[in-house]
Amino acid sequence: MNVRARPTRAEVEPGAALPETFTGARALEVEEALIFEIGRRDATGVDIEPPAPVASRLGPHAREKALDLPGLTEPEAVRHYVRLSRQNYAIDLGIYPLGSCTMKHNPRLNEKMARLPGFADVHPLQPESTVEGALMVMAALADALLKMTGMSAVAMSPKAGAHGELCGMMAIKAAIEARGEAEQRKVVLVPDSAHGTNPATAALLGFSVRAVEAGDDGVVSAEAVKNALAPDVAAIMLTNPNTCGLFEREIVGVAEAVHDAGAYFYCDGANFNAIVGKTRPGDLGVDAMHINLHKTFSTPHGGGGPGAGPVALSERLAPFAPVPFLAREGDALRLVEHAEGTQSFGRMTAFHGQMGMFVRALAFILSHGADGLRQAAEDAVLSANYIRACLNDVMSAPFGDRVCMHEVLFDDRWLKDAGVTTLDFAKAMIDEGFHPMTVYFPLIVHGAMLIEPTESESKASLDLFIMTLRDLAFAVQAGKKERFLSAPVYAPRRRLDETRAARQPVLRWTRPSAL
Amino acid sequence: MRYLPLDVEEREVMLARVGVSDIEALFADIPADKRIAGLMDMPRAMSEMAVDRKMAAMAARSRPAGSMPFFLGAGAYKRHIPASVDHLIQRSEFLTSYTPYQPEIAQGTLQVLFEFQTQVAALTGMEVANASMYDGSTACGEAMLTAHRLTKRRKAILSGGLHPQYADVAATLAHMAGAAIVQLPPDVKGAEDLAAAIDGETSCVIVQSPDFFGNPRDLKPVAAAAHAKGALLVAVFTDPVSLGAVRSPGEMDADIAVGEGQGIGNALSFGGPYVGLFATRMKNLRQMPGRLAGETVDADGRRSFVLTLSTREQHIRREKATSNICTNSGLCALAFSIHLTLLGEAGLKRLAAVNHANAVRLADRLSAIPGIEIVNAHFFNEFTMRTPRPAADLIEDLASRGVIGGLPASRLLPDAGLDDCVIVASTEVNDDDDRAAYARALAECL
Amino acid sequence: MAEIRYTKDHEYIRVEGDEGVVGISDYAQKQLGDVVFAEPPPVGRKLNAGEAAAVVESVKAASDVFAPVSGEVVAVNSEVESSPGIINEDALGRGWLFRIKLANRDDLSALMDEAAYADYLKTLD
Repeated sequence: MNVRARPTRAEVEPGAALPETFTGARALEVEEALIFEIGRRDATGVDIEPPAPVASRLGPHAREKALDLPGLTEPEAVRHYVRLSRQNYAIDLGIYPLGSCTMKHNPRLNEKMARLPGFADVHPLQPESTVEGALMVMAALADALLKMTGMSAVAMSPKAGAHGELCGMMAIKAAIEARGEAEQRKVVLVPDSAHGTNPATAALLGFSVRAVEAGDDGVVSAEAVKNALAPDVAAIMLTNPNTCGLFEREIVGVAEAVHDAGAYFYCDGANFNAIVGKTRPGDLGVDAMHINLHKTFSTPHGGGGPGAGPVALSERLAPFAPVPFLAREGDALRLVEHAEGTQSFGRMTAFHGQMGMFVRALAFILSHGADGLRQAAEDAVLSANYIRACLNDVMSAPFGDRVCMHEVLFDDRWLKDAGVTTLDFAKAMIDEGFHPMTVYFPLIVHGAMLIEPTESESKASLDLFIMTLRDLAFAVQAGKKERFLSAPVYAPRRRLDETRAARQPVLRWTRPSAL
Repeated sequence: MRYLPLDVEEREVMLARVGVSDIEALFADIPADKRIAGLMDMPRAMSEMAVDRKMAAMAARSRPAGSMPFFLGAGAYKRHIPASVDHLIQRSEFLTSYTPYQPEIAQGTLQVLFEFQTQVAALTGMEVANASMYDGSTACGEAMLTAHRLTKRRKAILSGGLHPQYADVAATLAHMAGAAIVQLPPDVKGAEDLAAAIDGETSCVIVQSPDFFGNPRDLKPVAAAAHAKGALLVAVFTDPVSLGAVRSPGEMDADIAVGEGQGIGNALSFGGPYVGLFATRMKNLRQMPGRLAGETVDADGRRSFVLTLSTREQHIRREKATSNICTNSGLCALAFSIHLTLLGEAGLKRLAAVNHANAVRLADRLSAIPGIEIVNAHFFNEFTMRTPRPAADLIEDLASRGVIGGLPASRLLPDAGLDDCVIVASTEVNDDDDRAAYARALAECL
Repeated sequence: MAEIRYTKDHEYIRVEGDEGVVGISDYAQKQLGDVVFAEPPPVGRKLNAGEAAAVVESVKAASDVFAPVSGEVVAVNSEVESSPGIINEDALGRGWLFRIKLANRDDLSALMDEAAYADYLKTLD
């Protein structure tokens, strides 16, 4: 008989207060210091053979100021970054319902393909005869983008969506200059619901922005555009589907009015995920549209980039595309790198564009194929509408109960007098294990909540999300404010003092002076 | 389809819940005559195995830098990147997370950005850096616009030693933004008189060091000349490892330092994604573009990090923003930071020393070949070589002999009278065999 | 007795002789939230009524402050640059932004007095 057994069942008192720990850790959740606090200037995790003794050719240009940079050995560095990573939410952890961000699953095949040496270990300025594979990828992706958009040419070099907007608007400005109308056309029409990059881009190029208002149904009418058009208008910038998650159903009329007035139509393609394989922007009258490869085409967001923003161009804008662009000479692909002798408006970036993201996007497109891409758009739209149908009895929608596209927009009228704001509601979602939806955007709706599930969520995931939001909504109605006002309580950090961060900016670590 | 979790039955249940009989009802706002039945002219779905095979076949049609003696730089540098860098950036929580707009669940990203900003400021000898830009060339363009805002002038002077594509980007941006550019002619020896070009309308002088031809430049007199006329100095670099050996922008009184961070932590990747570095003095802070991670505390008083000073940015300032940049280069900045942490100060200095020593040994070998002249009095890890044959043909010849010998200057500067110039780089990856192979092949080609 | 006038954009001007002290109203500071930065115009700057004169920023918003009247800036409050929070604490007092020498007293007639401004605020959300 085993008379000296050790206990095999926990004898913990339920509901007991949680004790403090010496380290401040909570088991697997640990704190992590800065590299400047744990590293040493003489430590290194890279073994480098000492250089051969040579006579220095640096002349008088050698660095004198100390670098003062910390180093860590490999085990310390790995631990530092693994610990930090565990303080992040991610798509791989759960639903990331950020409206207009399209946080879909990032396939690992993309990562494997991007790391093939024939793509990853190729220098942009190697002799062209040695980079055929890279050019093939660019051509294949460009071809696919043209088929999906129904447009004439695609500028591959822009490095992100906002950079793509700049590219498209530069092409428009170049086209206007070529017509001799640069002095006349200095206004760009932008809806109030537009993403901030739209007016910022227009202003950068010396345009002034004139607002176009959407109607009570949330979309821009051809009538409103006609009223805003004048001989001084260079272009309109519209997002379709728009930032309220609605298809701009008068877009064809808008395009016609814009073209009749001698202006151009820029389309912000951030929400392209809703319409791939269902309609083509070129058929709708768009002259230039950027495509966010890190949204619609699954390249990873990486904590804030890198992205890629190739721009599809209509026939009338194609001649003005920036360098470099791919040209076909018989069977061979060639990079045209100089604008001289073409109508190209110039160059957006050194080298050729975000090749690493081209490979990933192409892997995604090939994987889905024509049928899969269309199915993805349908699932994205279906999932958003499913959420809408399951929440519209507890949350208020600004444009009534109407069908949305890939994202559903609520406002904060249902929170009125509850003592809970959109922000508080979002922070409570964090404690439930979800990243909040986009909040306070678009600006035209008060306390906006924009939910985009994407096609990557299973029905079980959607149902849990919906039930949780319903539970939170009922808690609001029942006056259980504490759950919201103190949230988040379980995240690695509670709410931060953003005022202090802005009033007393500390933007780098500084070595404390000796006491 | 392996990326789509919804099955046929679930879709039916969801459609019923939405209250429509058919998915097309949800697309009813698309004008009927603009609806397409599908992407008919694109191939159907492919399995992972099939995609792998197809793309691997494409990749095999390129010759990777690591497969042959490789001496090409000109703005992007072949580096040995420690294995743990790529491993760490593929962690789900770094790879698949978003911009840290909800800081309570993004302290990993935010702390890394804070560390990155500090490293970039220290490397460049400046006071504050942002959380990255797309790449060196667009960071250079942004620096130009920042200088315009700070000085309220609209004319930039571009050094003849600035990377030609950086100059093209700046010129395109200036033309489109209604600003002026004065571009000095390409200058192989770095002897141009920049001070003479500066006047009371100049907002900034943009100078690269080491320059496109490999010359490290003394920018202190240029800074003094600029400041005397109320203008700013923008110092540019294309290989961040150079800052482990040559004088930093901060030491030379630069007002803004911008450069390409690819050379630490990031693969060549045929030109992108890369990472732009942007650093300046605290007094220019409010005009600095890009995101900034700042230190603060949370409700429990614990040190935390958060994106701050966002009122400069597009999502708040809209048409009055300092830039339209939104997504930047987070994961590449992470790779840069990890590699630089692994190197540390000692490792970076040694790495820079090895780069320099390799370039010196290569230069000595090549200049021993009759007809070959090394133009630079001084260089770090890149120099300009004059050849008796047109450089473009020579480089093709060398490539067919399995050696990537550098950049023919005429590829980026076609009408500058530089058809006999090759820009040659050497990093730590080159060994004696590589140098011997280059010298042998070059001798054969002449 | 100094009289105070308000604009529809929530600036105030406290008139003292032929000069006025300009700032943002208490309603405006509440709407903005914690002020983190304020940049008054430079001394000597000549302004037209309605022209953007200064900038006030909170964490989540940036606001132009428009000149309520035409005139020349004769003094600025340097304290708001070092301690922008005083605009929240005391918008009408220590949180003043700049002092302007009026070019034309008639500009004041276009502005609301205290009672009219209070009524105007009631009509807003």
